Amino acid sequence: MADTFALKDGPALAAARKAGVEPAGRRPRRMLSGRNIMIYGTLFVAAVYYLLPLYVMIVTSIKGMPEIRLGNIFSPPMEITLEPWAKAWASACTGLNCDGLSRGFWNSVRITVPSTLISILIASINGYALANWKFKGADVFFTILIVGAFIPYQVMLYPIVIVLREMGIYGTLTGLVIVHTIFGMPILTLLFRNYFASLPSELFKAARIDGAGFWQIYFRIMLPMSLPIFVVAMILQVTGIWNDFLFGVVFTRPEYYPMTVQLNNIVNSVQGVKEYNVNMAATLLTGAVPLIVYFVSGRLFVRGIAAGAVKG
Amino acid sequence: MTHSVSIKDLSLSFGAVKVLENLNLDIGEGEFLVLLGSSGCGKSTLLNCIAGLLEPTGGRIFIKGRNVTWEEPKDRGIGMVFQSYALYPQMTVEKNLSFGLQVARMPKAEIDRRVGRAAEILQISPFLKRKPSELSGGQRQRVAIGRALVRDVDVFLFDEPLSNLDAKLRSELRVEIKRLHQSLKNTMIYVTHDQIEALTLADRIAIMKSGVIQQLADPNTIYNAPRNMFVAGFIGSPSMNFLHGEIAEREGRLVFTTDGVDFPLDGYRSGETLAAGRKVVLGVRPEHVRVNEDGETHEATVDIEEPMGADNLLWLKLAGHTLSVRVGGARRFAPGTAVRLSFDMALASLFDAGTEERI
Amino acid sequence: MRGEFAYAMTRPERERQRFAPIDIKEETLMTSQADAGRPSRLLRNLSAKIASIPMMLTAVVIFLGGTLWTVVYSFTNSKLLPRLSYVGLDQYERLWAAPRWVVSIQNLAIYGFFTLVFSLVMGFVLAALMDQKIRFENTFRTIFLYPFALSFIVTGLVWQWILNPEFGIQSVVRSLGFTGFTFDPLYDSDIVIYGILIAGLWQGTGLVMCLLLAGLRGIDEDIWKAARVDGIPVWRTYLFIVIPMMRPVFITTLVIIASGIVRVYDLVVAQTSGGPGIASEVPAKYVYDYMFQAQNLGQGFAASTMMLVTVAIIIVPWAYLEFGGRRRG
Repeated sequence: MADTFALKDGPALAAARKAGVEPAGRRPRRMLSGRNIMIYGTLFVAAVYYLLPLYVMIVTSIKGMPEIRLGNIFSPPMEITLEPWAKAWASACTGLNCDGLSRGFWNSVRITVPSTLISILIASINGYALANWKFKGADVFFTILIVGAFIPYQVMLYPIVIVLREMGIYGTLTGLVIVHTIFGMPILTLLFRNYFASLPSELFKAARIDGAGFWQIYFRIMLPMSLPIFVVAMILQVTGIWNDFLFGVVFTRPEYYPMTVQLNNIVNSVQGVKEYNVNMAATLLTGAVPLIVYFVSGRLFVRGIAAGAVKG
Repeated sequence: MTHSVSIKDLSLSFGAVKVLENLNLDIGEGEFLVLLGSSGCGKSTLLNCIAGLLEPTGGRIFIKGRNVTWEEPKDRGIGMVFQSYALYPQMTVEKNLSFGLQVARMPKAEIDRRVGRAAEILQISPFLKRKPSELSGGQRQRVAIGRALVRDVDVFLFDEPLSNLDAKLRSELRVEIKRLHQSLKNTMIYVTHDQIEALTLADRIAIMKSGVIQQLADPNTIYNAPRNMFVAGFIGSPSMNFLHGEIAEREGRLVFTTDGVDFPLDGYRSGETLAAGRKVVLGVRPEHVRVNEDGETHEATVDIEEPMGADNLLWLKLAGHTLSVRVGGARRFAPGTAVRLSFDMALASLFDAGTEERI
Repeated sequence: MRGEFAYAMTRPERERQRFAPIDIKEETLMTSQADAGRPSRLLRNLSAKIASIPMMLTAVVIFLGGTLWTVVYSFTNSKLLPRLSYVGLDQYERLWAAPRWVVSIQNLAIYGFFTLVFSLVMGFVLAALMDQKIRFENTFRTIFLYPFALSFIVTGLVWQWILNPEFGIQSVVRSLGFTGFTFDPLYDSDIVIYGILIAGLWQGTGLVMCLLLAGLRGIDEDIWKAARVDGIPVWRTYLFIVIPMMRPVFITTLVIIASGIVRVYDLVVAQTSGGPGIASEVPAKYVYDYMFQAQNLGQGFAASTMMLVTVAIIIVPWAYLEFGGRRRG
């Protein structure tokens, strides 16, 4: 009873009341105990290590080149300029062209959107079939798929090149979308299969009694119940595909290079004077999409990577 | 005559594990049959086979004389109610009730008529626009029953429908299911592990163990004349007392004797002639032990007393055996008290010690 | 958390049950034959089979077929185009005789060993600290995990900049008066791999922390209460009770880190391009360069097969431990 009231009064009052009513309760913690100093101290130092690169990126990207040459990388900018950002986006040079990252950005969008949607559609239906409509042999294929997730991509690169070349789509965006769908399949199928298997089987049975078939149960019962897991899958795929470098460089022609490849070509281009501020602006621009996804999605991201960690 | 549901030589195995083996069962028109057993006995598997949710390895299933062994669940003329209610969480109650009818492309007017009728019977009309998550457990289970009801089918299947409810709601809904059966007169097959539900609801009970029906009979027979020691021990709480001993003859009368104590078998109706010297087990229910009454009695001492309100449960020591005995709630005994007891032989059971079958 | 990976360990009973077929509406009258009306095996569950075609193709053609193809062609002298002219173990002999490959393997070993040790130790310490019912837990987690959202390219480029000897840490420390201070891993062949290690740890430790934190949260509260009642110090409880209980979580984490290590590629490309010289080469880069730049497919196939062998050495014992002993049914 006391607890119910205390909840309404807010945590501080609740704690006070609890301490008053139950003297035998836990000793109130002092904020400045040696233990706390150690815990928060360590966490703080670690946080600085993790935040420093982000800070350096931001600071560098808004300094002018003269200031960078004179000062140190940690000092805040004396004069803020957005010119590096503009240049990084529109006119930075790779070895091939000088239209900045914008081309790579739009390529990445054109790669990420269809790859994400197609891979999730296929994997979710597949996971649903594996969880609810098991047929003989399904487990064999699934096991190969999961074991395959651990095979280094390098082993399968060339055979895929051959297959895509035979299909006449080697070097195109379509080919890359297929590649992302293939390599996203193990983790997504596992994710959806486990999710659908965790739903009460009686729901599925009830729908069968109601006369719904494979597709009706998927679209009318399972799909509406599973939006969170679709969001998790979406986060997983968007960040994974956006961050991909290897497939982009192997399976597309230079005009279709995704943003990561474009970024690397800009920064590591051997021609001309190094413009570190432009480089950092370009790096931040490339990292912006997954970072936004990360900060917006919060806990779901944690769930997604926990499942997607298998992908490595 | 045609049976409502008829199962012939049904077998089912998952890999090497045989869950059902050559099971035969006929269920009459309008009968309320309860499949009773502990978990893993195959009762739910059998129900799922009847529903068409599991594919049998062998045998046939007939509903209304039609072989439905390989038919889709929806074409079998059955409705099913699940333990976890299995309501579609994203749909309103109304949608839940009408989903199956929509899938079957039934005209809207007919759907509305059926949903309205079911809602009225089950008194869930006020909740039609709500989501399942906004309902209490009892209300959810009514909706689940309603979903079977709107299908307008001959056979209702219940898979432990009350197990997720608390004790009070359980007894309330039990009564309602019985009322529903009395008014609809449908065939109902009801799976439970709760013997009270089985005894109160059933026209006939099938007690299952390891995929085999141990006894199929009306509740009274099951309770008072169990066919074997498994059934005898399964039904009744606390369990029937089992005394291992043998049949002997004393001055021309047959008695059951154990550790030097004799109980006359007068009044026991046996299906066969009893011979002295046969090793047997005597089964006596706690309420069939008489304490401190007239007749041939034996000395025993009270070990533990468990007052339960209406009843008083005693644990007595008799010649090295422990017996549970039910007496009226008003009769109190302090531990250590010496009492005299006798058995009501007309209601006792004798089993062969070897086969464990009733004799 | 564990359940997410351990798909084969917990099989609910219903998964073992085969559901009846769908899409077949065949009315059968009473017959004496038990199997009459039984739908044909192939047509049963047809929709599910159609829905699984992409998975079957991927599993069989790409994962199984592709892998076998590469292994087979690693025994040929394919150059510009794959050719089936077998040369036995020639490619492998050439591979192990190539200084660049040997350096790659050495780098992988150093990078792998320290990544495992540091990310597990740091990850666990951070996770244990986060588990002390601290304030701002979400803030700290957000900070530790955000690098994981970034690509290896971004990671590599940032650390390339921070470790730049002219402007980065070295110059900052020197400007503070320590003029003799030297810290330029990316330009020193002997320690360049540690420069990459710093970046790799920055990117990946947050994930390890998250996995281990979830493992810690999965430990029954009562274990802690019991240890406290028994008067066992906290560090002892961690060392002798909690960590052994988290064995499966550790193993899973280990496998995840390890399979990531073998694949390390983008990070090196972005940070050093394998330099200075060949000092920071890694196997994955070797494969790419030989397959797509040097037009020497045979070498690429042999190198990628060696990568496969490396992964198998990690995965097979794990799979055996995880699934081998306990498989039921």
